[in-house]
Amino acid sequence: MITLENVSVAYGTGARRVLAASDVSLHVTPGEAFGLVGESGSGKSTVLRAVAGLIAHAEGRIVLAGQEMGRRRSTATRKMVQMVFQDPYGSLHPNQTVDQILSMPVAIHRLGDADRRVATALREVGLGREHRFRYPHQLSGGQRQRVAIARALILQPRILLLDEPTSALDVSVQAEILNLLTRLRRDHGLTMLMVSHDLAVIAHLCERIGVMSRGELLELTTADALASGTVTHPYTKQLLRSNQGFDPSSVDIDATPAA
Amino acid sequence: MSDAPLLTVRNLRVVYPSDEGDFRAVRNVSFTLGRERLGIVGESGSGKSTTGRAIMGLVPEPGRVEADLLRLGDTDLRTLNERGFRKLRGKRIAMVLQDPKYSLDPVMTVGRQIAETHRHHFRSSAKQARAAALEMLEAVHIRDPERVYTQYPHQVSGGMGQRIMIAMMLIAGPDLLIADEPTSALDVTVQHQVLAIMDEQVRKRGMGLILISHNLHLVSSFCDRVLVMYAGQIVESCKAAHLSEAQHPYTRGLLAALPELGHRRLVLPQLQRDPAWLEDVAPLTDATP
Ligand SMILES: Nc1ncnc2c1ncn2[C@@H]1O[C@H](COP(=O)(O)OP(=O)(O)OP(=O)(O)O)[C@@H](O)[C@H]1O
Ligand SMILES: Nc1ncnc2c1ncn2[C@@H]1O[C@H](COP(=O)(O)OP(=O)(O)OP(=O)(O)O)[C@@H](O)[C@H]1O
Ligand SMILES: [Mg+2]
Ligand SMILES: [Mg+2]
Repeated sequence: MITLENVSVAYGTGARRVLAASDVSLHVTPGEAFGLVGESGSGKSTVLRAVAGLIAHAEGRIVLAGQEMGRRRSTATRKMVQMVFQDPYGSLHPNQTVDQILSMPVAIHRLGDADRRVATALREVGLGREHRFRYPHQLSGGQRQRVAIARALILQPRILLLDEPTSALDVSVQAEILNLLTRLRRDHGLTMLMVSHDLAVIAHLCERIGVMSRGELLELTTADALASGTVTHPYTKQLLRSNQGFDPSSVDIDATPAA
Repeated sequence: MSDAPLLTVRNLRVVYPSDEGDFRAVRNVSFTLGRERLGIVGESGSGKSTTGRAIMGLVPEPGRVEADLLRLGDTDLRTLNERGFRKLRGKRIAMVLQDPKYSLDPVMTVGRQIAETHRHHFRSSAKQARAAALEMLEAVHIRDPERVYTQYPHQVSGGMGQRIMIAMMLIAGPDLLIADEPTSALDVTVQHQVLAIMDEQVRKRGMGLILISHNLHLVSSFCDRVLVMYAGQIVESCKAAHLSEAQHPYTRGLLAALPELGHRRLVLPQLQRDPAWLEDVAPLTDATP
């Protein structure tokens, strides 16, 4: 469903050039949930944005649902691939009601029947009619993230890209959203590519997981391998240790933080 | 004498008045803090930050703070006005917030900010203040303090920024550090470095630390003791290492809702809120053991 071959993205030029993604190749089968983990700045969001078609100058091959992606995406392709961002506060327009937020993509893609589609999308993510005419600030963090997911779903995409969809949420809301994603994947056969720094969250939803560092895909591993600790790359091992809680003996206090 | 608590909080109440009536953001919160690391956990809006702010004298108008006891060492915090609090902040209590970028002055080098703090509290000379600031940067394991001293906040990474914040908060030698989600914006490896640095300083200086976080694993592995807040109240307190055996159904519900590596459940149990959790717990009285 998603094939990346040697995808590279550089930002800036000359001395300020940063290779944010470097020869990333991966393959996600239809209906699969694939996870990306890695330290801050390792290029996870960059890969997602390249798949979403938000980076025009991405190099390499991107094939989605058997179609080769060119420089410009057709309306149909844009409809097929939807993205949910981390911050449920920043990603919704503060002066639009939930109804307006959800109607917008329907209008842009000229799907018609906005009223019914909005109602269905809201029901799908477990929001009631009483939420439909509220503004984002009148919703809780979890409800806002549901709206963001509803906005992605309303176009009936086949691929859902999720960038840290639960890291701004607390534990109980995170469980709601993870259950919602599990159900959507089961009911609609959605293919998902998800980024998180929480290995337990990633392993909950995804079978296969890619570990990124400095723009490169270092290791392909599985939720089972993470659970049993049978990962091979030193960076993945370190990531695994730090996900198991604070242990002063495994912290290198003097390691230089990335600039 | 060293057994006397650093901080005593008894029946702390914070109320925000509004058109729809008073909103009780903190309801009869009581605890004491020694030279230890105390965690406060609880969902968003449960009153964790407001509790920290009340101790710092930083609850904004028109919020009201009341308490039967609110003592830092031998200082009664209830009697302090803004001027009194300003003297106390930095010198005896300090607070580290989630994003250092908002707490640092963007147009002053980080070194100078730390030095100014030193001068403010100790009336030191420029030379003394600079030396103290450099020493402090070194204490938080910044490898090249001279270089970092001259950098502006936007030129440093999140992890480095948080080290700088800790240096600035500790330079006046406070007894108590309140850290409100100090590492939530950082990635896990950097998160743990920052915590280790904080831990080292707190131990060396014999300080008390309050760590506010919604990360249950982090708090239970880092702290000595944990308070669990729900709707403005402490519903449970326990040894941090025993958090996984917590008794209150709210705490149990939060723990159950966490996905776990190696224990994959198709559906995560979602928190079922019981209206009984909202009922007022009895305030502490002199008769309370
Ligand atoms: N628009 C941009 N312009 C210049 N550099 C950028 C831009 N976006 C990202 N970068 C740089 O590209 C690199 C990869 O960034 P990216 O956002 O993909 O990382 P990430 O793995 O998602 O990190 P995080 O976990 O912090 O979200 C970083 O060095 C970042 O500073
Ligand atoms: N200035 C204010 N005016 C009115 N209500 C406020 C104010 N500040 C906080 N509150 C309310 O008080 C309650 C407690 O807020 P607080 O910020 O202490 O929560 P928290 O536990 O720190 O949550 P989070 O994990 O989201 O930071 C919330 O319901 C919040 O909306
Ligand atoms: Mg990112
Ligand atoms: Mg808070």
